[in-house]
Amino acid sequence: MNGTPRTLFEKIWDAHIVSQAEGAPAILYIDLQLVHEVTSPQAFTELRNRGIKVRRPDRTVATVDHSIPTYDRSLPIMDALAAKQLEQMYANARDFNIRIYDRLSDKQGIVHVIGPELGLTQPGMTIVCGDSHTSTHGAFGTLAFGIGTSEVAMVLATQTLLQRKPKTMNVRVTGALGQGVTAKDIILALIAKIGVDGGTGHVIEYSGSAIRAQTMEGRMTICNMSIEGGARAGMIAPDDVTFSYIAGREFAPKGADWDAAVARWKQLPTDDGAQYDAVVELDANALEPMITYGNNPGMGIPITARVPDPDAIGDVHQKAALHKALQYMDLQPGRSLIGHPVNVVFIGSCTNSRIGDLRLAANVMKGKRVAPNVRVMVVPGSQQVKRQAEQEGLDKIFREAGAEWREAGCSMCIAMNGDQLAPGEYSISTSNRNFEGRQGKGGRTFLASPMTAAATAIHGVVTDPRTVLS
Amino acid sequence: MEPIKSFTGKTVALPNTDVDTDQIIPARYLKVTDKKGLGEVVFYDWRYDADGNPNPDFLLNKPHAAGATILVAGHNFGCGSSREHAPWALQGFGFQAIVSTQFADIFRNNSLKNGLLPIVVDKATHEQLLDLAVEDPDLQLEVDLETQTLTLPDGRRVEFPIDSFSKECLLNGVDELGYLLRQTSAIEEYEKRNNK
Repeated sequence: MNGTPRTLFEKIWDAHIVSQAEGAPAILYIDLQLVHEVTSPQAFTELRNRGIKVRRPDRTVATVDHSIPTYDRSLPIMDALAAKQLEQMYANARDFNIRIYDRLSDKQGIVHVIGPELGLTQPGMTIVCGDSHTSTHGAFGTLAFGIGTSEVAMVLATQTLLQRKPKTMNVRVTGALGQGVTAKDIILALIAKIGVDGGTGHVIEYSGSAIRAQTMEGRMTICNMSIEGGARAGMIAPDDVTFSYIAGREFAPKGADWDAAVARWKQLPTDDGAQYDAVVELDANALEPMITYGNNPGMGIPITARVPDPDAIGDVHQKAALHKALQYMDLQPGRSLIGHPVNVVFIGSCTNSRIGDLRLAANVMKGKRVAPNVRVMVVPGSQQVKRQAEQEGLDKIFREAGAEWREAGCSMCIAMNGDQLAPGEYSISTSNRNFEGRQGKGGRTFLASPMTAAATAIHGVVTDPRTVLS
Repeated sequence: MEPIKSFTGKTVALPNTDVDTDQIIPARYLKVTDKKGLGEVVFYDWRYDADGNPNPDFLLNKPHAAGATILVAGHNFGCGSSREHAPWALQGFGFQAIVSTQFADIFRNNSLKNGLLPIVVDKATHEQLLDLAVEDPDLQLEVDLETQTLTLPDGRRVEFPIDSFSKECLLNGVDELGYLLRQTSAIEEYEKRNNK
């Protein structure tokens, strides 16, 4: 475009503008909407009330993940409300002619796991879902963001959304990660640095050597938690790692279409000289495994650091927030979390439930036993991830260590399905939110990487994964 | 959506920063297929103890909170999940406007779509409002969307920002889905032009 350098975000944004009236938000075309059972029922009701159809069923894909049990799929669902919600999802998919991967499908899984693994998620796309972790798909060089149910209805009905152009933020992660430090630690360190409101109004583009060195799974983990820093979306420019992940997947382009697609995707990365509204730098060499101590994902520290002291904080509201968090978590300032007992270890969620995550955890747990009195749940992100892990024998490693090997779903990340903490219990969790009660009313969550969670499972207390790596 | 022009409302304050939508409505109350009854579970885990008894210290259980329509909330209100159940639940309780120094993006969008007015004020005004709400349990604020002003009890008028499109939609009760449906020919043309 006249040689004006543009960012990855701007290229995708520009290519999806249907129209832009003076003073009004842009009408943005959406290439793919992913749908799940929790945030869509009222949207379908809206369509029924107006007597309208889904405009593009071929650009709409549904699954069930949030409220489904992760126990044996042959057993019935005991929660009547959850069962009703699932039936409603199936009825909506049937009535509106939408493809659905239901509870018994061998391709069912967490919506942000199955989109990429089916090859539905492709560079340059706009993708939405009634789920804030839709930012995950940005790892493929897409503009992907979470929306509310009113907007779900708008996209179902028109395949478009009214959107104001967000600002851009470049997060440059230079250097290389040390042993035992992973993608999860990059994103937890970033959120600790910018805060849970640091990205508000922005789309983050991650770049730098430590990002390029990540697998697609690591990149998804990073983009996934962009929302926890307040950002609208997170993105990473596509490269050969991206293309080889997509190649051959069910919905990926094939033959000549593939070649044309790759040629198109190679035009997406940010042009030299393009400007961002904000730039944040992070040095990967200096990162340690991260862990959270409080009730938002910004309350995180390197695992060898000490819990901060509220009295050292000047801002009265921040001070009050930290006081409240430490009271809820029953933690003392100035202490290390290393050695703190946990009751539950949860390895799963749209942040860390992919095959690469399970391999990292299995590598730590191989040939070992989990600590007595600690419940360890491993919940694969999808049925395909589950099968792959079983082919590799990871399920055996987990089971022999004394961990539970579950069916795919969101599970204890959101604790809607019966998988939950009891009041006062501590978990170390590979999920994305440590909010009060997130994993069960009164439950206390430490967020960390799959390696840190697995090392903690072995010892029953918070453990630096670097101490258990051979 | 009902048009909003101006209203005067009883105002209460919840100063906590970074209130996430899991606090506004815990996930276990999302197993619904409609919007009914959500006002009863708004802030459930802060409002009720483990046995379901009201926590007398929590704002919404205090007698003066009955009938409140304006909530002065802490910075970065509504962060976290995209659940639109959060504004539905706040409206179910009776709130018509939330005042803060900043809202999380998705919560803000969801609120505007439902006619729950997110009002952003500067830090000094915010502090003043938090203090006023403590001093005066019967604090009333006047909101005028047309002039984008919030009027304090001392008569001071504070302007608040809102984009012109959202303002028009709220003032006239414009249905955004209806607006988009009227763009069908432009959408068809876009699809044809881009081979979608």
